[in-house]
Amino acid sequence: MAIRSFLFLLLLFFSSLNPILSLYEDQVGLMDWHQQFIGKVKQAVFHTQKTGRKRVVVSTEENVIASLDLRHGEIFWRHVLATNDVIDGIDIAIGKYVITLSSGGSILRAWNLPDGQMVWESSLQGPKHSKSLLLVLTNLKVDKDNVVIVFTNGRLHAVSSIDGEVLWKKDFEAESLDVQQVIQPPGSDLVYVVGFAASSQFEMYQINARNGELLKHESAAFSGGFLGEVSLVSSETLVALDSTGSILLTISFHNGKISFQQTPISNLVGDSLGPAAITPSSVTGIFSLKVNAITIFIRVIGEGKLEVLEKTNLKTAVSDALSISEGKQAFALIQHAGSEIHLTVKPADDWDGNLLKESIKMDRQRGLVHKVFINNYIRTDRSYGFRVLIVMEDHSLLLLQQGEIVWSREDGLASIIDVTTSELPVEKDGVSVAKVEHNLFEWLKGHMLKLKGTLMLASPEDMAAIQSMRLKSSEKSKMTRDHNGFRKLLIVLTRAGKLFALHTGDGRIVWSHLLQSLHKPQACQHLIGLNLYQWQVPHHHAMDENPSVLVVGRCGPSLDAPGVLSFVDTYTGKELSSLSLAHSVAQVIPLPYTDSTEQRLHLLIDADQHAHLYPKTPEAIGIFQREFSNIYWYSVEDDNGIIKGHALKSKCTSEVADEFCFDSRELWSVVFPSESEKIIATVTRKLNEVVHTQAKVIADQDVMYKYLSRNLLFVATAAPKASGEIGSVTPEESWLVAYLIDTVTGRILHRVTHHGSQGPVHAVFSENWVVYHYFNLRVHRYEMSVIEIYDQSRADDKDVWKLVLGKHNLTSPISSYSRPEVITKSQSYFFTHSLKSIAVTSTAKGITSKQLLIGTIGDQVLALDKRFLDPRRSVNPTQAEKEEGIIPLTDLLPIIPQSYVTHALRVEGLQGIVTVPAKLESTTLVFAHGVDLFFTQLAPSRTYDSLTEDFSYALLLITIVALVAAIFVTWILSERKELQEKWR
Amino acid sequence: MEKGKGVMGSGRRWAVDFSDNSTAPSSRDIPDPPGFSRASMDQDDSAVSRQKKDAEANWKAQKAWEVAQAPFKNLLMMGFMMWMAGSTVHLFSIGITFSALWQPISALQGVGKVFEPYKDNKVDLLGPKLLFIALNLGGLALGVWKLNTLGLLPTHASDWVSSLPPAQEVEYSGGVIPL
Repeated sequence: MAIRSFLFLLLLFFSSLNPILSLYEDQVGLMDWHQQFIGKVKQAVFHTQKTGRKRVVVSTEENVIASLDLRHGEIFWRHVLATNDVIDGIDIAIGKYVITLSSGGSILRAWNLPDGQMVWESSLQGPKHSKSLLLVLTNLKVDKDNVVIVFTNGRLHAVSSIDGEVLWKKDFEAESLDVQQVIQPPGSDLVYVVGFAASSQFEMYQINARNGELLKHESAAFSGGFLGEVSLVSSETLVALDSTGSILLTISFHNGKISFQQTPISNLVGDSLGPAAITPSSVTGIFSLKVNAITIFIRVIGEGKLEVLEKTNLKTAVSDALSISEGKQAFALIQHAGSEIHLTVKPADDWDGNLLKESIKMDRQRGLVHKVFINNYIRTDRSYGFRVLIVMEDHSLLLLQQGEIVWSREDGLASIIDVTTSELPVEKDGVSVAKVEHNLFEWLKGHMLKLKGTLMLASPEDMAAIQSMRLKSSEKSKMTRDHNGFRKLLIVLTRAGKLFALHTGDGRIVWSHLLQSLHKPQACQHLIGLNLYQWQVPHHHAMDENPSVLVVGRCGPSLDAPGVLSFVDTYTGKELSSLSLAHSVAQVIPLPYTDSTEQRLHLLIDADQHAHLYPKTPEAIGIFQREFSNIYWYSVEDDNGIIKGHALKSKCTSEVADEFCFDSRELWSVVFPSESEKIIATVTRKLNEVVHTQAKVIADQDVMYKYLSRNLLFVATAAPKASGEIGSVTPEESWLVAYLIDTVTGRILHRVTHHGSQGPVHAVFSENWVVYHYFNLRVHRYEMSVIEIYDQSRADDKDVWKLVLGKHNLTSPISSYSRPEVITKSQSYFFTHSLKSIAVTSTAKGITSKQLLIGTIGDQVLALDKRFLDPRRSVNPTQAEKEEGIIPLTDLLPIIPQSYVTHALRVEGLQGIVTVPAKLESTTLVFAHGVDLFFTQLAPSRTYDSLTEDFSYALLLITIVALVAAIFVTWILSERKELQEKWR
Repeated sequence: MEKGKGVMGSGRRWAVDFSDNSTAPSSRDIPDPPGFSRASMDQDDSAVSRQKKDAEANWKAQKAWEVAQAPFKNLLMMGFMMWMAGSTVHLFSIGITFSALWQPISALQGVGKVFEPYKDNKVDLLGPKLLFIALNLGGLALGVWKLNTLGLLPTHASDWVSSLPPAQEVEYSGGVIPL
């Protein structure tokens, strides 16, 4: 009855609810935080002229161009390009424009250096696809203009850097020319274009940079062929490898005369060590070679003679050359030695004459140095100082100067691939967390200030103090669990294979852990397909255990590559254990069972359809055996258009006895006709979703029973022709089919065709409904559809007396094999935005109404009430339906500007939205990630179960005190009066 | 018997009992005045007092019936107020409904007390009491009916299943698109 009265109150509440959930300006940053990142740096160009702020312009693997402050590493400006607009090269021209070449060399843009505004954009076309190269000719001045030379798509362009106009262009017709370098010899108007043709022909073109005139064309054949990268050792000498990778070729094209010098690598290093690879760099006279794990530095001494300078097996990274004075070049070299890195800056002409040698302690969790960028500055004593920007294995960016790390950026967080959450430790007695707590006086002062604010007595300074107090509240960033469950750890896994724990209160990094065990070269060569699962979530009886997560990866691109597992403690970030598996990992299935220490049972399916049970304990196998016949799984083969269902059969029949391995058999398969349908999206319910009730009370006290099976799969297929871009097909040859499939029996519960529609489909499945988004070609608009599924076989269970006495079978376990009769209701609406991601709010008990969280194309998150996507909406709802909260039907879903969860911010490069329930039923935590991170709390039906943050406790307290005082005073007065009455 | 205390209930603030029938002068503190004979007076007044008693009993019975009929007016007024309150759930209608439920219940609890003043061995109170109870039950029924029209009575299936947890599933099927 208590619940019913509660629900009744809730209903009362809803009836007064208006759907807008917005935020006041001063509430920004109270419960939300936003962090900006750029991703792994690919290329960096320094801009450190004497005047103006010192900055570095970088391009990254997340397609970001950013200008960073060299002093603090902050972002001055940043642009996130589209995912298909990959940046090929950046440079600075005429001291004020950043030139970027992107989209496979077809778009050249100039950005204003101080503020990042785009100045011009040129589209460069060419006859064929090729490597794209960008070269800014700084010493060729034409009317104060720098000419930008771009080689792209088999064509050489010269572009004016002032307005982006193409000055001249030159095609290279040679059908198979593979251009390797575009070189400008210093102090000349010439440009060399060198490349390989037909794999054994070396081609050299000499071009006048002023007008594009072809001055000379030479070619020479080398029978051995060429392999991989080339390294430029002078403006007229190249070093390349022959096709076997064992002979070094020094190619000189001085004065248009091409000559080859061959030097077998074994001559240089004594014995053959295996295939070599040239590390591309641009240091005059020196190049480096990687043979296995050994790095060899070789100098070219005139006429193709080679000399080995150093041979080292330390992990080494080299920067490009930096010209420090007339004709002098320097470069930086970083070597790993234990927990330190050694930075050496050497002049190009003298290997042993170090300009700088420093040792810097480096956090092991950052891994190896991947890239080095060097820059110099002039010290007060007129000598040269060097600063070095390094990119680490975990994608972080650090600036080293004078033997110290000046700043560091955790840009690995720009490429999150999986997210899960963990609770914080419980507050223990004796642990001095109370230190963070304000003392009583502070508390009272704070509340007095707030009271002043509410009574509008506060001065502007007071207001500022209130605001900063609210923002800096130590309460939200404590390292212990809170009563409302707002404080949690977000465990995120980045593409670099690093785990971060972020505090939900302020987004700071609590710990980070590079999965070393997965990165060991002997264990795993190319680690891919990482995923994160909750391994152990202790509550109730296993409270003293720390929670842990499971990271699953695969060593190599093929499906048969062996898998690796790593278990990480989420309180400390320490790796508990790691396993290199003998079998492959095709699928990971978390089972709904846990053992006595709250470790979740996981089933790992390998490529041969064997199921492996983890953890490998007798207890786990005991639990598993009990449920053996009830465990199924399905696999989606989207290439073949087949969905298959499997069941477990028996223990593995391999030569090695393994009691944790099980054979499986195929139960059913759904085959989509390949000529008419192609799977484009599948979605299921979240495993941890909580549903409060199976009944839905509709108008006039009627009941509908939701079909709440966890084993439902939503599949969307589209016509194969229509799986391309929007608009590439006519409406007649395009269709979209949505299915609801029971994954235990393979039964198709519902099928609906949308004619004239096409993908991409974004869908979300929750409770008994699925919402999906697609494009309608007939009306040229995006649409969203909802399907709700109800259990018709229970619809007759409406006898009140049976229900009162509990003589019903509504809560008895149900089986998919009982073939429940279902009905579906669906409706479609237009929607203005195209979207990147869609999610739904989830709360602790599932009572609160739901909101859809829509990641729009503008990288914002929009909250849309599920009530707008209710298939029972009609144009003229009856009075009873209105009371129930049904909104009159409109053809367009409204976008209320106030319901943007991200308010004024953008989550650049939005990839995913994760919702986590807080302990407080009304509230859900939302984490959106992309290049940026954004976190906030949402209350889809408002915070009906708690007082708002700005509730004035002081006012309440004072009111109570005043009331009590008034009671006493009036009591005394009345006593006195009564006495006087009696004496009269 | 205490003097100065009303025995006839409402309308009489005090009374002196002149009908002291005791014959023994020794039982009184004050001796009878000279020439006063108790025996003769008794015989004179007996007829008058019987008449009085009958009148009183009649009056009591009449009053009891009046009291018994009082809830009827209440009932009418309640009905009017309920009609005014409408059938939507809000503070006013809930307040009226609950008072409509509470009044008959409290009245029924105090049935004995209400009819106490009219207790007399000559008056038959069963009739008025039954009427009183019946009318109050009618009021109660009206309240319950109002409660039902407001939809606050668990008479529908929806009231019993609205918090029914989802049924457990026997089978479990998992799987995702391959990594």
